[in-house]
Amino acid sequence: MKKRGRDVREAAIKAFFFAAGITAVLVLVGIFLTLVATAVPAFREIKISEFLGGTNWDPTSPEKAEYGLLAMIVSTLMVTGGALVLAVPIGIGVAAYLSDVAHWRVREVLKPVVEILAGIPSVVVGFLGVVLFGPALAKLFHTGNGLNALNGSILLAIMALPTIISISEDSLNAVPRAYTEASLALGASRWQTLLRVKLPAGLSGIIAAVMLGMGRAIGETMTVLMATGNARSFPNSFFDAVRTMTAGIAIELGEVPYYTTHYYALFAIGLVLFVMTFAVNLVADLVLHKYQEREQ
Amino acid sequence: MKKTMIIGLVTLALLGGLLCGAKMIQIKGSDTMVNLVQILAEQYMEKNPGTPIAVLGGGSGTGITGLINQTCDIADHSREWKPKEIDQAWDKGVSPRPFVVAVDGLSIVVNEKNPVEQLTMAQVGAMYRGEIKNWKAVGGPSQAVSLYGRQSNSGTYVFMQEFVLGNKNYSTDMKEMNGNAQIIEGIIQDEGAVGYVGVGYLYDESHQIRKGIKILKISKEPNGTGYLPTDKAAVDSGAYPISRPLYMATNGKPKGAVAALLQWIVGPEGQAVVEREGFFTVGEGKYKAANDKNFK
Repeated sequence: MKKRGRDVREAAIKAFFFAAGITAVLVLVGIFLTLVATAVPAFREIKISEFLGGTNWDPTSPEKAEYGLLAMIVSTLMVTGGALVLAVPIGIGVAAYLSDVAHWRVREVLKPVVEILAGIPSVVVGFLGVVLFGPALAKLFHTGNGLNALNGSILLAIMALPTIISISEDSLNAVPRAYTEASLALGASRWQTLLRVKLPAGLSGIIAAVMLGMGRAIGETMTVLMATGNARSFPNSFFDAVRTMTAGIAIELGEVPYYTTHYYALFAIGLVLFVMTFAVNLVADLVLHKYQEREQ
Repeated sequence: MKKTMIIGLVTLALLGGLLCGAKMIQIKGSDTMVNLVQILAEQYMEKNPGTPIAVLGGGSGTGITGLINQTCDIADHSREWKPKEIDQAWDKGVSPRPFVVAVDGLSIVVNEKNPVEQLTMAQVGAMYRGEIKNWKAVGGPSQAVSLYGRQSNSGTYVFMQEFVLGNKNYSTDMKEMNGNAQIIEGIIQDEGAVGYVGVGYLYDESHQIRKGIKILKISKEPNGTGYLPTDKAAVDSGAYPISRPLYMATNGKPKGAVAALLQWIVGPEGQAVVEREGFFTVGEGKYKAANDKNFK
């Protein structure tokens, strides 16, 4: 009798966790299908080649509505790439410092502080970009104003840092002590141990950290909306005002008349963004698998 | 534990019921008007504590879409309804009635260090179309023009496009800012800047013209007399060329609390607030006649 009760309970728990898992999958599939269903009608009037290859986006133009996404795609890649260039070296450096160099008391204080940084609302970061980094960049580079791709990159780097630091540090800490001890016993210095043993051993975690940081950066909306100037022209340098895909959707979705080509086109932008992040994750996954295979 | 939860839930439900019961008036729309309407609502609520009012910005397009989808009671807008929007409203059984609550002199603003004092309508249009790229062409120093404007969900964006740009495309180099206040912030930092804002945004809390900006005189013809948007007589007579009515629209004939609020706003007390905030009053002319007709 007692045993049966336990069986039932275990079955119920199993069913609960299965349901939780399958819900996540269903939600993802549902979002994807909705996105596709709402994006596809856009291409009844817009040529795909024009959508992906055109550089002018002006759906409310009184002259001729144009739906060229290329400038926004390039802007998104520029801002995200710039953010990673800034955030990855700093992030991994801080992670290595925290896990290997810092006194444990320093670590106890510093790690929670870094994690609190992740909780700052994006609108606050954007505001910093407008009143602090913008004017500073304008003075530094004599560009008149600091509302440009570089400003966005710096802000997104700040937002991606906590993720990169925290997860990289965890993965460095997860490297078995035996590795470090073996390396030191063979006469390697701490620097050599960190660079040649710990970092390669923790690489899968570090790559995951960078990818998560990139995911944060590529999908961020409010910060770039406030700080990059949102000009629609094709960006020539990091000192040009740019408009990212997320900002484009956020600006226009509020006022677009429902069920028009413009409305569908905004969802098509969302679909492109989805495909981009999906590709990033897929590549990251493949890389991870390759490394794990090599380790075995 | 369970008890506190139940008590909490009941309190929540009661609170919800109370809020719904009090029938909050939801106002949404134009960013140019949001400060003005907020102050009007506060003054009105002080005198009529029984009517809670919530005021949101978001742009004229957002307000109009809100009224069409019946997510707000009043839509603020600084441009006319587009034919497409009126069609959509009728399809959903909404018959918009716009009331003129104030008049705005749309102001062309530059950085205080810019020596240019006056522009013609044609020059402003050419700048925003991207045809004039340097201040030298309009008698200023050799410095690149840095355009600041609003986003396409803004009534001011649409109004400028129709009345100043001659229904042509904006330059894609224009930085599209989230609101009037952000344009002012940008101009204060940027010596080559030019921007357009509602006249109410020219003043600080103590009703003085904001520091760091200069308001340009605008003339209709080349070599004509220029006027300032802060000049009441010039705006009233139409000598200042870029003025426009600001609207609050209801679905059908306003009733009950909404009607009382609108009557108060267009009445002497509301119009005194309008004037204090830097906008211009509705006056006795055609706007008043149109309002009177809409109240019936």
